[in-house]
Amino acid sequence: MNSHIPPWQMSLVARVALAVALLLGVGGVLVSIAAFAYGRQAAQDAYDRLLVGAATDIAASISVDGGDLLVDLPISAFQLLALAPDDRIAYRVTGPGGEVLTGYADLPDPPETPATGLDFYDAAFFGEAARYAAVTRRFAERNVSGPVEVIVGQTLRARRALALEITQRALVVMAGAGVLMSLLAVFVVRSALRPLDRLAEAVARRDPYDLTPIKAPVPKEAIGMVSALNGFMGRIDQQVRAMRGLISDTAHQLRTPVAALRAQADLAAGEPDGTRRDAIVMRIHRRTVDLGHLLDQMLSRALVIHRAESVRREAVDLRDAALEVVEAGDFALTTPGVEIRLVIGEAEVPVQGDLLSLTEAAKNLLGNAVKYGASPVRVGASVEEGRAVLWVEDGGSGPAPAILDRLGSRFAHNSAVRGDGAGLGLAIAAAVAQAYGGELVLERVDAGFRAALVLPLAEGSV
Amino acid sequence: MRILFLMICLWGLPATAQEVSRSFGPALATTRLLVRSTTDINVFGPVIDAFLATRPGLAIDYEQWGSNALFDLSLADCAVGRPGADVVISSGVHQMVQMVNNACAAPHVSALTTALPPALRWRDELWGITREAAVMAYNRDLVPLDDVPLTRFDLLDLLRPTASPYAGKVATYDVESSGLGYLFAFSDAREATTFGALLESLGRTGAVATCCSAEIIAGVADGTYLIAYNVLGSYAQVAAQSDPRIGIVLPQDYTLVLSRALMIPKAATHSAEAAAFLDFLLSVQGRAVLADVLLIDPLTDDASAEERPPVSETTLRPIGLSPALIVAMDQQKRAQFIRRWRENFSNQDLR
Repeated sequence: MNSHIPPWQMSLVARVALAVALLLGVGGVLVSIAAFAYGRQAAQDAYDRLLVGAATDIAASISVDGGDLLVDLPISAFQLLALAPDDRIAYRVTGPGGEVLTGYADLPDPPETPATGLDFYDAAFFGEAARYAAVTRRFAERNVSGPVEVIVGQTLRARRALALEITQRALVVMAGAGVLMSLLAVFVVRSALRPLDRLAEAVARRDPYDLTPIKAPVPKEAIGMVSALNGFMGRIDQQVRAMRGLISDTAHQLRTPVAALRAQADLAAGEPDGTRRDAIVMRIHRRTVDLGHLLDQMLSRALVIHRAESVRREAVDLRDAALEVVEAGDFALTTPGVEIRLVIGEAEVPVQGDLLSLTEAAKNLLGNAVKYGASPVRVGASVEEGRAVLWVEDGGSGPAPAILDRLGSRFAHNSAVRGDGAGLGLAIAAAVAQAYGGELVLERVDAGFRAALVLPLAEGSV
Repeated sequence: MRILFLMICLWGLPATAQEVSRSFGPALATTRLLVRSTTDINVFGPVIDAFLATRPGLAIDYEQWGSNALFDLSLADCAVGRPGADVVISSGVHQMVQMVNNACAAPHVSALTTALPPALRWRDELWGITREAAVMAYNRDLVPLDDVPLTRFDLLDLLRPTASPYAGKVATYDVESSGLGYLFAFSDAREATTFGALLESLGRTGAVATCCSAEIIAGVADGTYLIAYNVLGSYAQVAAQSDPRIGIVLPQDYTLVLSRALMIPKAATHSAEAAAFLDFLLSVQGRAVLADVLLIDPLTDDASAEERPPVSETTLRPIGLSPALIVAMDQQKRAQFIRRWRENFSNQDLR
């Protein structure tokens, strides 16, 4: 049973694992970038505050002595800046007239005069990238009036180190979270796929001949698959049943005529009189022809049942089926005395079905009409009361009402048909009608007797 | 760069030539390391000899400079990118910090430099190689044992009487002409409020401000000065070893400890050899030699010194290599400090 392993495909767990890994990878990259940006910003903010603190400290140390501005550079300001121990310090104090009071004279100026009295900017300091803060203090003394600008700058080593540290810590936390999420994902995926495992187990545990529908509870996502499987098994079950019925019917139906043939043959072998033997041989011949007919019909039934189960349905115009039956002209040869007429209209009679099966069913009905009914025999297709009808009429009165009733009830159950060829032909027609959602209707009409396949009309045209 | 020229101009001192120079090592050596230092050549000579013993084929030209002149010269070299000294060693560590801040130094990292405490290195461009205390020296013959000041308060007390015998007999560095003197005075001002009182006392009693360690110590020895305040312990101890008249006190209220700073200029032509020299000075062997010549003061390491009361760790105030020293170099700060100094020493010829 396991000799046919389907081509290898990635397991669901592997797919989910891959998806989770991708998710974590992409997410990790994004979060890393975010962490680095955050680290940079945090370091920037932290050390910008140092700069402002120092600049404010220096601004506060400026005093007016007569007409001069005195900067008593506070050590505390530089101790503050020395919290970034490895960074060089730039500073400058300029008076109201733009004159440098102290510090590095040619530091880069702020991009524009800070309106708020505080400004940050990036510029170089002796060739090394640095960050500057500019603080403005306004003096309104008798001799000194106007803004005094304090610029404090610092190189970026401590900022970069802090940014890196923050990023690294964030990454460590993230890596931990990633591992945790992976473990959780494994757990979640396992528990999510457990119903599938249970289903597979249930299917594997089944008796190979058990074709009943699977009743184990299945998750919604797998219902489609399971119902397809159930449908598949149902079809197999039906075919197996049909096959069994066919075989038992065939065996049963063949037994009697074959036994009769053997008896006739025995009789013929033991008959010394030539004339009587000839009569027996004639009977044997007739019986053989009948047997041939029976076989034909049984094969046709097997074919029809098989096709009904297996062939895809397509749009069929019942007029084609009627035409086919009449044009085949089988009965014109076997029973030349019977007149067969085709009655079809302009409008098509569409159904969903299989042309061959339908034709076969009609042939059987026609065969019955030719054999047991009276001329004229008419074959036609039409739409009646919103249903598609493929019918055969003959001028006779049909079987007796009792037999008709019996036939009707038997066909309705699609049960095994025994007896003569007429019954088998009707059984075939009934099976075909049933296979395409319709029924076989036998009734007396004004012109005589009519057998009709009544099928649902197909939507749209052929 | 304009900044540097401005600073030099503000500094105002003409760059004087070196005081002394001497060559060590083979005369015909192809690689000659130029070392400019404020350290006395006689004190530092053995250290260089010990280094050259490990590096045959290398020669060192040693130039001894005053700290201000050395700073001016090095800054000028740096400004124009002129290859000057390969190694600059100065006791004016605030000047060295300023030079590193002006991006004049080349970095060097080794196991020995990273082993230094943070206070003795800055940016891997400046390193403290010695440990020398700022001490008070006195003349043993002329200063009675009871008068020997153990703290700055004792010194203040000595100078308080109107007819104090110490009036005019106390010497200290002139902050204007000595970078080291300025640094010590500046650090004193940072350290305690006694500095103001001390400055006032020294000025009032006509204390002498002069430029150089050697001159001060010689003055103490011959009785010109009875007490010298804030002289470099290493020089005083070297002198005291051969001259019994010199006594030394580490102030017990607090003792400033200086680490001479070493820098490898950016434009140095032999920076690899300069780095090797630095690593030698920081090595166990180098430290032993520095200790031999008292540039690493045993008093600062070992509290059990004979004759003097022990110095506790908490009274030691190392002058760390920190960007905060840039404040000491600020034009206005310096001008104000010197003005204050001058106001107190107004009755004297400062040179």
